[in-house]
Amino acid sequence: MKVMIYKRFERFWHWTQAALIVALMITGFEIHAVYSLFGFERAVNLHIILAWSLIVLWAFAIFWHLTTGEWRHYIPTTEKLMAMVRYYSIGMFRDEEKPFKKSLSAKHNPLQRLAYLGFKLAISPLIWISGLLYLFYTDWPALGLEGLSLGTVAMVHTAAAIAMLVFFIAHVYLALTGRPFYAYVKAMITGYEEIEDAEASGKKP
Amino acid sequence: MRLRRLMRKIAFPILIGFGLAGPCHADLQTATGEASSTADHGAFKILKREFKSGPEVTEACLSCHTEAAEQLHQTTHWTWEYKHPVTGQLLGKKHEINVFCGSLRSNYRRCTSCHIGYGWEDRDFDFTSERNVDCLVCHDTTRTYVKPSAAAGHPAYHDITRDGEIVVENNKPLKAVDLALVAQNVGRTSRFTCGNCHFYGGGADGVKHGDLDSSLIAPDKSLDVHMDAEGLDFSCATCHTAEAHDVAGSHYSMQARDEHGIDIPGRAYGGRASCESCHGTRPHPANVNNKLNDHVNKVSCQACHIPSFARGGVATKTLWDWSQATLKLKRDEAGELVLNEQGKPIRVVEYDEHGHPSYMSHKGYFEHGENVVPEYHWFDGQIRYTLLDDEIDPAEIVSVNKIQGSYDDPDARIWPFKRMVGKQPYDKQTNRLLATHVYGPDDKTALWSNYDWIKALEVGQREAVLTGEAEQEFSGEFGFVKNEMYWPITHMVAPKENALKCAACHSPKGRLAGLGGFYMPGRDSFPWLDRIGLILVLGTLGGVLVHLLGRILVSRRKPS
Repeated sequence: MKVMIYKRFERFWHWTQAALIVALMITGFEIHAVYSLFGFERAVNLHIILAWSLIVLWAFAIFWHLTTGEWRHYIPTTEKLMAMVRYYSIGMFRDEEKPFKKSLSAKHNPLQRLAYLGFKLAISPLIWISGLLYLFYTDWPALGLEGLSLGTVAMVHTAAAIAMLVFFIAHVYLALTGRPFYAYVKAMITGYEEIEDAEASGKKP
Repeated sequence: MRLRRLMRKIAFPILIGFGLAGPCHADLQTATGEASSTADHGAFKILKREFKSGPEVTEACLSCHTEAAEQLHQTTHWTWEYKHPVTGQLLGKKHEINVFCGSLRSNYRRCTSCHIGYGWEDRDFDFTSERNVDCLVCHDTTRTYVKPSAAAGHPAYHDITRDGEIVVENNKPLKAVDLALVAQNVGRTSRFTCGNCHFYGGGADGVKHGDLDSSLIAPDKSLDVHMDAEGLDFSCATCHTAEAHDVAGSHYSMQARDEHGIDIPGRAYGGRASCESCHGTRPHPANVNNKLNDHVNKVSCQACHIPSFARGGVATKTLWDWSQATLKLKRDEAGELVLNEQGKPIRVVEYDEHGHPSYMSHKGYFEHGENVVPEYHWFDGQIRYTLLDDEIDPAEIVSVNKIQGSYDDPDARIWPFKRMVGKQPYDKQTNRLLATHVYGPDDKTALWSNYDWIKALEVGQREAVLTGEAEQEFSGEFGFVKNEMYWPITHMVAPKENALKCAACHSPKGRLAGLGGFYMPGRDSFPWLDRIGLILVLGTLGGVLVHLLGRILVSRRKPS
């Protein structure tokens, strides 16, 4: 049966965040002198505006996760974890059934949970903390952070950005492995997905 | 009605606030102030007479301005001496050596044409003399007060002619000065009066500084946004304020980072000779990117706002190789030296494609530049000089003045410099720089008329020993050592639209490519991290592609 699995806010959050992160990567790697597109100054200006936008968006998203209990979807689990690994590496080529069935109480498969948890608890915080330090570099002495070196902060920020890019590539690819290939993306846009699970009858997680 | 009251309450103060925050230059007094003076010197009886010499005029000045000479005696303009409070070095033109004509010693009359006094002809000049203070050189407004280049500070008392023509030096004809006229028209200093010396240091227009030359007498806005003759029309003294004739902003001890901000009554710190004195310490309008204001702790205003120097059409000297001097002299077809009426060799002068002298027999080889891009260095305001008594390493480039400061130094900021290079004589036995007797048309030892290094070094160095500048006489064995000298660039401030853009430095091969010791976004990276990043990203892309390919192949084999 077809159910609303991704709520309106969740979809807004996901796609806005996606757009912001893509734009942040484009401007960020330009600041890192990988290529020249906007010019350094405009790239920096855009990067700052985008970063603040993302921070605001996250403030809302954290509030939403906490108040709705949606954060539970990111609790890691080992159940069916190896089965999912086997599915991606072998099963998928044999046209086997996906071992994990999406439900309202468990929207993400165990691998997704791990990946998203890493994104939310490792990559994002690293990039934010290093980015804010970077932005407020001149205030370090006032904050008692004289010992910090800009090089170290820049290194962490770059490393986190690289991790973000790797996540992005894998995420986009896996998002296109539905049946038909756009099924997951469509669900993320409309919010609705076909779910066979009994729990899909509307009970909240 | 309510709305209007609200507007008045909110909008008006905001507008006023903007007016105060933004520099509203239209209100600034730009006149040189002649009209504001309460005294017409032309009305003073004591000045309505014939003056035979400069000192006579000074005596008349001092009869009213009783403390003026005493005040000037305290200044570096008079003493040419500066005891550096931090390095302890005894500096000033009296003691320093430079990479241009070398040193004051033994060349007095030529050098002291720019001393604010009369008659410093030898080491015995009386520095307590009040009548020998030259008031007119700074306070002339007629632009007729000219000093010949080798008259020990005296003005032209008669027409200086050569072959029946009035000699022109530094763009000025050396016509006899009407001292009474000049005295009756004294006024405030101007770019012209200050420039008489400061624009022509090193022997000709623009030679020394690079950011000071005759183009600043009447600059346009693009050359200097503050001194723009049609605009703000600042004089030198607008920023280089003076207290008891002591002018602020000497380069002997600069404030590379002014944290005091705007100088107002009750809160003035040694004059107005820093950008921050008027512009404050957060000079840029804050927008989304407040990074420009964040730069003030590490980057001097000058670094971005003076994108290049010698921009006014006057070239500055960038290289002076003394080792080439005397090598080429005028010779006849048989290769024999051609001599002049005094029996002395005749100079060869060559010019580069822009018409600047590139070779002179008495000075050596030169290079000049216009629109020169500065070098950038950390600078905390201190400069340590290599004096005649300091040992040098002839295998290395001798920094005649070493710029102090580093990234870790909180007082230091990145400053633009003119780097002057060349070669100058040193003593091969004592490994010390030497003073050269260059000027002396009537003697048998000066380099510029006799072309004999040994004699010129003997006399120059002896004078240095006699005056206590050097300990050792010239050994007789000399060589030429590569040198460099740094000139902080602080004038020729361009309009803001011509200031450097971020990428001028924030790029891998930007203007700061050579400045080490710190991480700079856009310039620096961690190659190992970038390499790992590339491997990870390409690896992920590759993995994804292989996975995709596998799926496509499998689905083709098993058509559903």
